[in-house]
Amino acid sequence: MNHWPILPLILPLMAGMVNLLLTDRAIERQRMVSLVCGVALLAVSLGLLASAATGEIAVYRLGDWPAPFGIVLVVDRLSALLLVITALLALPALVHACGGDDRRGRNFHVFAPLLLLGVNGAFLTGDLFNLFVFFEILLIASYCLALHGGGAERVRAGLHYVVLNLIGSALFLVGVGVLYGLAGTLNMADLAVRGAALSGTAGLFTAASLLLLVVFGLKAALLPLHLWLPALYGSVTAPVAALFAIMTKVGVYAILRTCSLIFHPFPAAGWTDGLLPPLALVTLLAAGIGLLGAPRLRLLIAYLVVLSVGMLLAGIGQFTVASIGAALYYLPHSTWVAGGMFLLADLIAAERGQHDDHLVRGPVPARPLLLGGLFFLGAVAAAGLPPLAGFVGKLLLLRAVPIPGGVWLWGTVLLTSLMTLVALSRAGSRLFWGTTGETLARAEESGWRLVPAVLLLALSVALSVGAAPASRYAEAAAAQLLSPGGYIEAVLGGEEKP
Amino acid sequence: MEALASLTVAVLVACGVYLVLRARTFPVAVGLSLLSYAINLFLLFTGRLVSGAPPLIGAADRAADPLPQALVLTAIVIGFGMTAFVVILALRAFGQLGSDHVDGREGEP
Repeated sequence: MNHWPILPLILPLMAGMVNLLLTDRAIERQRMVSLVCGVALLAVSLGLLASAATGEIAVYRLGDWPAPFGIVLVVDRLSALLLVITALLALPALVHACGGDDRRGRNFHVFAPLLLLGVNGAFLTGDLFNLFVFFEILLIASYCLALHGGGAERVRAGLHYVVLNLIGSALFLVGVGVLYGLAGTLNMADLAVRGAALSGTAGLFTAASLLLLVVFGLKAALLPLHLWLPALYGSVTAPVAALFAIMTKVGVYAILRTCSLIFHPFPAAGWTDGLLPPLALVTLLAAGIGLLGAPRLRLLIAYLVVLSVGMLLAGIGQFTVASIGAALYYLPHSTWVAGGMFLLADLIAAERGQHDDHLVRGPVPARPLLLGGLFFLGAVAAAGLPPLAGFVGKLLLLRAVPIPGGVWLWGTVLLTSLMTLVALSRAGSRLFWGTTGETLARAEESGWRLVPAVLLLALSVALSVGAAPASRYAEAAAAQLLSPGGYIEAVLGGEEKP
Repeated sequence: MEALASLTVAVLVACGVYLVLRARTFPVAVGLSLLSYAINLFLLFTGRLVSGAPPLIGAADRAADPLPQALVLTAIVIGFGMTAFVVILALRAFGQLGSDHVDGREGEP
């Protein structure tokens, strides 16, 4: 058996544990461990992506127990893609944190790798209860990271976040319990096989699927469960906010995985067709209104995260190869741009003294051309203007939904794009042009502080340059998801006979 | 026995939901722990109500399903840790915000 699929879990776990032992030592050692872990994760994820790109589904049986009894980790095209997105987001965020944000509280370098452990685990696992466990791991790490740096605002937003997610976990367990009571298994591939045979208890099955939709919708910030997100993402420290950009995608991933594998083939649980598209469109609208009303730059970027969730679920809700492919092409772009913008907002806010990131008349940032240019690039990417990947993603999505049936989607996507454009232009002109004209005197910052933000925005540019192979991969991943036979065969059929 | 079991879970959930919707952090923390008790019982019951049967095949005529018991152990540990965390967080919020209101500020009377 090949042991690569377990490495994305082992590496951050080890890094977190080692950093826990190094707590009382100089912080440089912890930084070194975190960065080495980030680089190694990236290398492993790229390796897994390369092998998944061939269409092979790698299954790792923990303890070599056969599939429905033991826990499996599964690497298909979707999981590998999300692992790479996570690793490419995490490395710049960790580098940015090493610029000083990690000193603002204790143990940043313990919790950040543990968050990555939870996120990677959620992407890899093939077992529903194990998904719950990894959700809890990423949540407890995220609670601690959200409070990193302290302060009243963070505690207030953190309390709401913790309580909401504890209720979400309770609902998750109810959903899992009902599914187990009905099907007698929690292995997702096995559930897919047995779910189709459950015709007498369709009502309970639907109830369980809807409970899981509520839970994943809460993680993904789907309307009306999105209200915790702007307050939280707007208040946490920059590297934490950048890391959190992947967390809503965990919810989106869970919706996509359970829909395509367990619930969609089963017609009575058909919320994918009836419920998801309208909810996604209303989420888009709510995010657009939030963008226009945001009084602070960080809050505005938090609404960009909500917007991207709406866009992704609008694509997933259509449930065709083309629309899911478009969503999967848009996913890395939106994650990296949101992360990059959070890091950039931190740099801009640092040059505005007491005005921080409030969108009011304030001093000129010390490097208006450089920071302004980067903000412009990020705004173009986030608003989905040509030539960057956001535009390509939206174009793919609109093309996947033909106009007579998709008139609501077309209208909402185009309207919210306009709202995004207006909000970002307003923010940019206020920050860089509507200033008092003076520059705050402060210590000269070295240029490398810009590197992580530039890197994340450059990834979006790279995604536009490599649009053809990237969208081909996304479409292949969508096709693999929509014919789950291969996944089921790989998980259940492959055990070696003694 | 099924009726009694489901009634227990229902009452616990109802009390938990009521408390979670209170405006002070202490009732919310108690409500969360009541919810987690209810969920733990519910998970245990998903293996069907079998009494007097060990979770071992061949040890008796009937066998209880061991998997829900394993799941509930995991859920208990996680729920315990989370409750401890929320209590500490509520204390810290009280210290920093000067109020035990969940929004950190007193509403208009």
